[in-house]
Amino acid sequence: MLGFVIQRFLQAVLVMAAMSVIVFCGVYAIGNPIDIVIPPEATQEIREQTIRRLGLDRPLYEQYFIFIGNLLQGDLGRSFVYNIPVLELIGGRLPATLELVLISVISATVLGVSLGIYAGYRPDSWVSKTIMAVSVLGFSVPSFWVGLILILFFAVNLGWLPAGGRGETVEIWGIGWSFPTFDGLSHIVLPAINLALFKLAMMIRLARAGTREVMLTDTVKFARAAGISEGTILWRHLLKLISIPIITVFGLELGSTLAFAVVTETIFSWPGVGKLIIDSIAVLDRPVMVAYLILVAFLFVTINFVIDLVFALIDPRVRHGAAA
Amino acid sequence: MSDPVLSVKGLSTHFFTRAGVVKAVNGVSFDLARGEIMGLVGESGSGKTVTGFSLLGLVDAPGRIVEGSIKLNGVELTTLSEAELRKRRGHEISMIFQDPIATLNPMLTIGQQMKLAIDAHERVSAAAARSRATELLTQVGIPSAAARLRAYPHEFSGGMRQRVAIAIALLHRPSVIVADEPTTALDVSIQAQILAKMRALARETGTAMVWISHDLAVVSSLASKLAVMYAGRIVEEGPTATLLRDPRHPYTAGLIASLPAMAKPGAPLNQIAGSTPSLLSLPEGCPFSPRCTHASGQCTTDADMTQNGGRQWRCFHPVGQTAPEPA
Repeated sequence: MLGFVIQRFLQAVLVMAAMSVIVFCGVYAIGNPIDIVIPPEATQEIREQTIRRLGLDRPLYEQYFIFIGNLLQGDLGRSFVYNIPVLELIGGRLPATLELVLISVISATVLGVSLGIYAGYRPDSWVSKTIMAVSVLGFSVPSFWVGLILILFFAVNLGWLPAGGRGETVEIWGIGWSFPTFDGLSHIVLPAINLALFKLAMMIRLARAGTREVMLTDTVKFARAAGISEGTILWRHLLKLISIPIITVFGLELGSTLAFAVVTETIFSWPGVGKLIIDSIAVLDRPVMVAYLILVAFLFVTINFVIDLVFALIDPRVRHGAAA
Repeated sequence: MSDPVLSVKGLSTHFFTRAGVVKAVNGVSFDLARGEIMGLVGESGSGKTVTGFSLLGLVDAPGRIVEGSIKLNGVELTTLSEAELRKRRGHEISMIFQDPIATLNPMLTIGQQMKLAIDAHERVSAAAARSRATELLTQVGIPSAAARLRAYPHEFSGGMRQRVAIAIALLHRPSVIVADEPTTALDVSIQAQILAKMRALARETGTAMVWISHDLAVVSSLASKLAVMYAGRIVEEGPTATLLRDPRHPYTAGLIASLPAMAKPGAPLNQIAGSTPSLLSLPEGCPFSPRCTHASGQCTTDADMTQNGGRQWRCFHPVGQTAPEPA
């Protein structure tokens, strides 16, 4: 088990190193921030001073090693635009995205898996057919359109829920959160539904496919022949047997939604990191872009690492295979 | 003979598919005495497995038992509710399957799976469940059973896994075990061990068994009684030794003749010409008649079971009686 952890950790470090090179070169290639950062009426002297101050006069590889050196000391640089440390900037926005994404991904998974198991267990009932029809919609309707319709219907026409913003926040550990207050929660509902719909559809399909497959296996027949009730079969046998693909997709979705909830955050003016990165790209705020992408890579690597550990915890074959 | 523990009369299980009605089991009847082992033999698709599942009330849609009676310890099963049936499954009648790799859940320990099977019928403490599980694992021949409760199925060999499945099936001392080809997936040497174990267990516990197999050689070493199935029907039934020595139904005779042990070394193996009919469109009368060398015009009508001295067969032209012995 320890060998397995160390091996995965080394892999993660390698991935991070490769990602940092790709990100740094990629961002360097997409444009010169100087034209945006320095006002056009600035003198040549100020221009050159600024370039030197930002370290943009050095060759790319030097800039990269300076960046990595600072990164290892926990310094991701300062935003060109806001002139505050990037970490502070992203850190201030991250809780908003975190709570929105966690609420939507977790509820999509819980609901989607339950509905999917039902649809797989009773594939011929009209309820199952309705569930599957809804999941097709969840897949095929574009997310920005759903967001607009949600606002139009629940915020504009019915006036039940607010259309944007975070609402009232509460400070916990010095960070503002919306979910503990009723007002904050009411602000989360619509963007969370918007984000959850696609994941819900995917979870329904995954759980249904797994359930249909498992219910036909001899494992289930043998359990039935031992007189084990259907509830116990679903809860104790089926749930574990279908869990591997569900956990995989859960991790991937959690990572990608945290990183790229851009569309929903823009529509619902949710002040999260997705909106921050779009704004930064628009003004070529290079340190923010680089730091953000590095953080995203770190996030994915961490989530995958945790998921590998979870696999080993729940599936004895993975655990023992890794130990051998 | 005392009252049978299991009495099946005119059992028919049909599958209502889009292509038509598949008559998988068609009027099967047999009795099973306490501790008796009956071999249910036939080719693939002859309805033996469906017969087994019907006994436990576990026929999946679109199949269902359309008629007949199954009496287990004097209680009619076919009219019971699903809840009542569940109480009997694993408790009075249990089943083991062909592939022990597929039957046990790979993500639960042996102990957890045995606990689930105990909890299905009784409320016992964890300690009591452990000691019962250990006792049964020991009984089926698993060494250091108490420690093995924490092991997962993949840590056992195929033969050991099948022993675990047998131990689970025996947890509540059922009156009847339906064994669906439980040794087919195992090595020959392991197969022999399991067969010996099952015979001993049947004797010790008084558990009766329906041993389903396509392998006449395996069943004949185990069962005191044989029932030969063809296209959803029992075509011949009788004591194993008599039936093997002196078959009446031409199909039984064909099966015995096609055993590799019956062929001369170097000579081609005997086989029964033709193949099993589609259960969707069975021929009129005897389903074996298209492949039968004894068939006559009479065979397009249904033959009744002929009873004779503790055995019975369903044929107008039984081998070794009215028809001449085939050379």
